Amino acid sequence: MNPNPFYDPSLKYRHRSANLFKWFTRGSILFTLAFLLFFLFDMARTAYPALWQTYVKVDVSYNDKSARMTARAVSKKYRKIVSRAWLRTIPKQLEEYPELLGTTVKQWVLADDQVDQYLKEHHHNLKQKTISVVEELKIRNEIELQWNAVFFFRGDSKIPEYAGILSALVGSVLTLLVTMFIAFPVGVMTAVYLEEFSRDNWLTRLIEVNINNLAAIPSILFGLLGLAVFINLFGLPRSSPLVGGLTLALMTLPIIIVSSRAALRSVPDSIRQAGYGLGLTRVQIVQGHVLPIAFPGILTGSIIGLAHAMGETAPLIIIGMIAFIPDSPTTITDAATVLPAQIFTWAGMPERAYVEKTAAGIMVILLILFCLNAVAIYLRKKYEIKW
Amino acid sequence: MIKTKINHGERLVRSSLVLASIISIATTIGILFSILFQAVEFFQLKSFWYFVSGAEWTPGQQDSRFGALPIFAGTFMITAIALMVAIPVGVGSAIYMSEYASRFRRGLLKPILEILAGIPTVVYGFFAALTIAPAIVNIFETMGIDAAYNSALACGIVMGIMIIPVIASLSDDVLRAVPNSQRSASLALGMTHSETIRHVVVPSAMPGIISASLLGLSKAIGETMIVVMAAGLRPNLTWNPLEDMTTVTVRIVDSLVGDHAFDSPDTLSAFALGLVLFVFTLILNMLSLSQIRKFKLRYKVNTL
Repeated sequence: MNPNPFYDPSLKYRHRSANLFKWFTRGSILFTLAFLLFFLFDMARTAYPALWQTYVKVDVSYNDKSARMTARAVSKKYRKIVSRAWLRTIPKQLEEYPELLGTTVKQWVLADDQVDQYLKEHHHNLKQKTISVVEELKIRNEIELQWNAVFFFRGDSKIPEYAGILSALVGSVLTLLVTMFIAFPVGVMTAVYLEEFSRDNWLTRLIEVNINNLAAIPSILFGLLGLAVFINLFGLPRSSPLVGGLTLALMTLPIIIVSSRAALRSVPDSIRQAGYGLGLTRVQIVQGHVLPIAFPGILTGSIIGLAHAMGETAPLIIIGMIAFIPDSPTTITDAATVLPAQIFTWAGMPERAYVEKTAAGIMVILLILFCLNAVAIYLRKKYEIKW
Repeated sequence: MIKTKINHGERLVRSSLVLASIISIATTIGILFSILFQAVEFFQLKSFWYFVSGAEWTPGQQDSRFGALPIFAGTFMITAIALMVAIPVGVGSAIYMSEYASRFRRGLLKPILEILAGIPTVVYGFFAALTIAPAIVNIFETMGIDAAYNSALACGIVMGIMIIPVIASLSDDVLRAVPNSQRSASLALGMTHSETIRHVVVPSAMPGIISASLLGLSKAIGETMIVVMAAGLRPNLTWNPLEDMTTVTVRIVDSLVGDHAFDSPDTLSAFALGLVLFVFTLILNMLSLSQIRKFKLRYKVNTL
């Protein structure tokens, strides 16, 4: 018999279950963290080889024959090693530098993707004969991994070693410009109306319910809207940043409205009262006092909305922004592709060399998103006003 | 004179603000009608009854049949797996952050969840196809079970991870909104910390947690990129999560990126599936909102 009158024999089990429960919650947060770490590590590991690309030092002869049949520019031994895409640029090089004609230049040129994969010790399907040539070059130090400028400064290509993300980046920028041009003013105006001007009537309630629903509609349905209305009804050009931007704008609208409303609501009423006391009209108060105070908050919300739009793929696939775009678009009505869509396209390519490019593209987009979010958090911290 | 001028300006500003607000309504109506018209056109060509109950989906043929049952089943299976991952982990994380974690740890964990929420779904899709799916095939191979490379399980797990932040962050807000007096009362009666959480705090926050889960469910159903990249294309009516299955969103994408004429039943079927998706997510969202409203009314909180 325990002398303690408050002794409860079940206490031991209760404490044990309490501990178990605590470990369960701790375990779930650890699972989330572990996943994030593993995911980032796995992506970085897959992406790292894409920073480097194999180059070989070979004799390139520029003459009439090699201008017509570009494979002839290098000796037969190296034909399987030098990139076909690079050889195709020979006529263009001759156009730019006519003095090259008739000369033979020993230079570093881009290597074929299979050779590249062999050097990175990935899966490859080189023949034994080619491998021995590569090994021979290796001994002479005439084959090496160099900084992969092609990836950052060229557009897409069907030849893996010549594929880059520039055209997709430009497409993304154009699309997001259109998105922000539409979504920012419309979103802020809606928020201002709902917070500062509206009375509690059926229209206001309808708009509010509607914004809540719009935020929950799957993004792919916005793609269906874009296809049916912007392309088929209005006849805007398919796969263009214009249509993509409009579609994304409608999708980003609820995010901007909700965050702008929160920013406007945090402006204390005394500001408005003071304005009325000085005889200002409602528009003047909102324009001159409420909006400037709420602006950092509105900007933060818009940047988060922008980051959201940047990573969106599904609606853009529906409106055809997964086209093969080797050259950067210059206007918003050109056919274009965006960064996530480019990742999607590369992920579907059969060649092994595209795997690292896909992962590298992912790292680029994650980096951009991270920067956007960091800017948003910085702005929020810097301009946060405690009333 | 000046007064009328100002009034004109005021009216102009006000009406332009109303106009901007109406764009959001126009968008919803636009989505609804653009889907509805094409869906009606589809059901004029193909039977509605067979669409909801038929088990054969054979587009692109002379005598094509559009029975969406296996597609719904695949969607259901993948979302169910996703929720089985996301609800325990999401709610567990939320409980840890709101009840156990110190202020400092919480401040650290919240941004990490935001990072997870900000990862584009196309990235998750690539990760599912490149890392998770082969891992699952390997694990089951050692047990002597065959798994497909585009199994529903791989998609479901990754999709579950995608919606963890959705569930965790809303549940966390709700748990923190539960008044502290409830916790104090329970602790004063001699309950342990975890008993307080399990029997007092979580039941109080239940409407909010249900709302968060419904939101997660609606996100999972509408999710496209993960399933497009990691799930199958073949409509497959089975209970085995290791087989390949297809979902509503995969079929929508597949029928719209092909080279079909716009008025062919193959293309129009995408809009019929889109209509189902629209109605479903709308209902889920309404339910989710009504639950959260219930919570707000009970505890008179306005911050959610």
